[in-house]
Amino acid sequence: MIEYNSKNIRAWSLLGQTRSFGNTLLELAKDNSRIIAVTSDMAKTSGLDRFGKMLPGQLINTGIAEQNMVGISAGLANEGLIPFAISFASFSTMRACEPVRHFLGYMNRNVKLIGVSSGFATGIFGGTHYCKEDLAIIRGISGIVILSPADCTELSKAVEAATHYNGPVYIRLTGQMNHPIVYKNDYSFEIGKAIKLKSGSDITIIATGSMVHNSIKAAEILEQQGINASVIDMHTIKPLDTAIIDKEMCSSELIVSIEEHSKTGGMGGAIAEYLSSLKQHPVLLRLGIEDEFQKAGNYSFMLEQNHLLPEQIANSIQKKYLSIKTNSNVSV
Amino acid sequence: MNKKTELIKKCEAIAARMRKNSLKMAHAAGSNGAHMGSCLCIVDIIASVYGGVLNFNPTEPEWKNRDRFILSKGHGSMTLFSALEATGIINEEKLFTFSQNGGDFLCTSHLIPESGQEYSNGTLGFGLSYSVGLALASRYTNNPYHVYVLLGDGECNEGSIWEAAMSAQHFKLSNLTAIVDLNRMQSDGHADDVLNIELENMWNGFNWEVIRIENGHSISQLLDAFEKPRTEGKPRVIIAPTIKGKGISFMENNPEWHHGLVTKEIFEKAMMELPD
Repeated sequence: MIEYNSKNIRAWSLLGQTRSFGNTLLELAKDNSRIIAVTSDMAKTSGLDRFGKMLPGQLINTGIAEQNMVGISAGLANEGLIPFAISFASFSTMRACEPVRHFLGYMNRNVKLIGVSSGFATGIFGGTHYCKEDLAIIRGISGIVILSPADCTELSKAVEAATHYNGPVYIRLTGQMNHPIVYKNDYSFEIGKAIKLKSGSDITIIATGSMVHNSIKAAEILEQQGINASVIDMHTIKPLDTAIIDKEMCSSELIVSIEEHSKTGGMGGAIAEYLSSLKQHPVLLRLGIEDEFQKAGNYSFMLEQNHLLPEQIANSIQKKYLSIKTNSNVSV
Repeated sequence: MNKKTELIKKCEAIAARMRKNSLKMAHAAGSNGAHMGSCLCIVDIIASVYGGVLNFNPTEPEWKNRDRFILSKGHGSMTLFSALEATGIINEEKLFTFSQNGGDFLCTSHLIPESGQEYSNGTLGFGLSYSVGLALASRYTNNPYHVYVLLGDGECNEGSIWEAAMSAQHFKLSNLTAIVDLNRMQSDGHADDVLNIELENMWNGFNWEVIRIENGHSISQLLDAFEKPRTEGKPRVIIAPTIKGKGISFMENNPEWHHGLVTKEIFEKAMMELPD
């Protein structure tokens, strides 16, 4: 059983999402022999070394073969097991894209696909390992729930929820070691129900994954500038919690989406699709990774290059907010 | 008649019924046409599996101890449906819903366990990974079934087949048997011209137990290959040379019958060639 006490929450945060994933899965698998970790030579990287020692029978390694990892997982799922198919996000969603579409989408097998080290988490490894497309890809496949946890506590919540949910799920892991803590205590997590972390009267920031923490920091900076921002943790990208967007729209002059993912096709894209169907809605500012292949660097260098550090986020928002205010004054 | 001869007779009768029904289905499909060539060449293989080796219960298609049969080469689905009918898993009425809009029995099959369809096929190269997963799962569920998977030789161009082949030998899956339908024809022509590969060497190189038979239309040879005592800890592959369009002379080895329309005239001409 997973215990959400402050000691565990601190320990998970030190490990980061990628490595604490393995520990979470181990805790769940100890009590549930139907959980099988299937990995394409990523056991160590995804923190499954202890899992492999303690529950060797519940760990299947396919070697570096992501397509096969997904196909085998589907076969296991067909017989009532709960396989977690684990690889780098780039490879579990792109190398294995058609198997994911075939087995999780079309055949609707109960596989939990894990995208380890998404966004820029692989740091200096470079462009082949960065993953800024996974949300866009998986969002385009019918029938797959997409979870994108804000910190390591929420990662545990997401893995637990995915285990209990009967159907295919993609879990996107972002950030590095020493992952900032968003959730210090136990809380209630429900697939498809976003969480409002801060209330503000001027604008709404909807963030996901690693960007939830940066958004809270950005909101603090904005507050000093007299802009009050709500911050929402959109931990489920599909199905998108449109009810919370409806509520926020009434009180906000600007909605900001922010994610460690391409500005194209991710959470911001999903929100834009929803808003565009409404007669009236606030302006949407989509922040995320630029739609281009960039020179590689370490994690903070890559965030900075894409204006995703808290100060940069606050600057972008302030600029946009002021331009809206100016324009609306002109039109009055 | 000894037991073996009896079994051969039974499978041959199933195959004969399957060929006739396949032709009728293709005719009934009208302008949708059917993959006659791909379907006719695997009739004897599938008849041997369902009639000779597969452990299943026609009145309970989802019986959990049943052996699993995965048709990975999707273009042969009409043949699978005709086998499901010939062995009593579905009735004739259902069979002739073939190729109807929104139906359960289309030119590729869908995972509908209650109708005996174990897999959604169509895209090539994925059925073997799924079969490896099914075969592995039996260890966790303590359910000692066997998994049979039918692959096309053209399908073996796909790299995903070889990922799965590697893993099956690593996991020592003796409860897995693949059959390769070696018809040497693919969409763009003869395999010699499109991509010339030596499948027997390849499967050997991937450490499978390889049985190459002379004739993939000989029920007797197919049954012998299935029943040969197994090498413990090795998956088995049976390489079965076949003739695309087998059984109807003008469809045999004729690429135009990869997919075609069976008009009334063609139907009548073809029926004359099939034994009663």
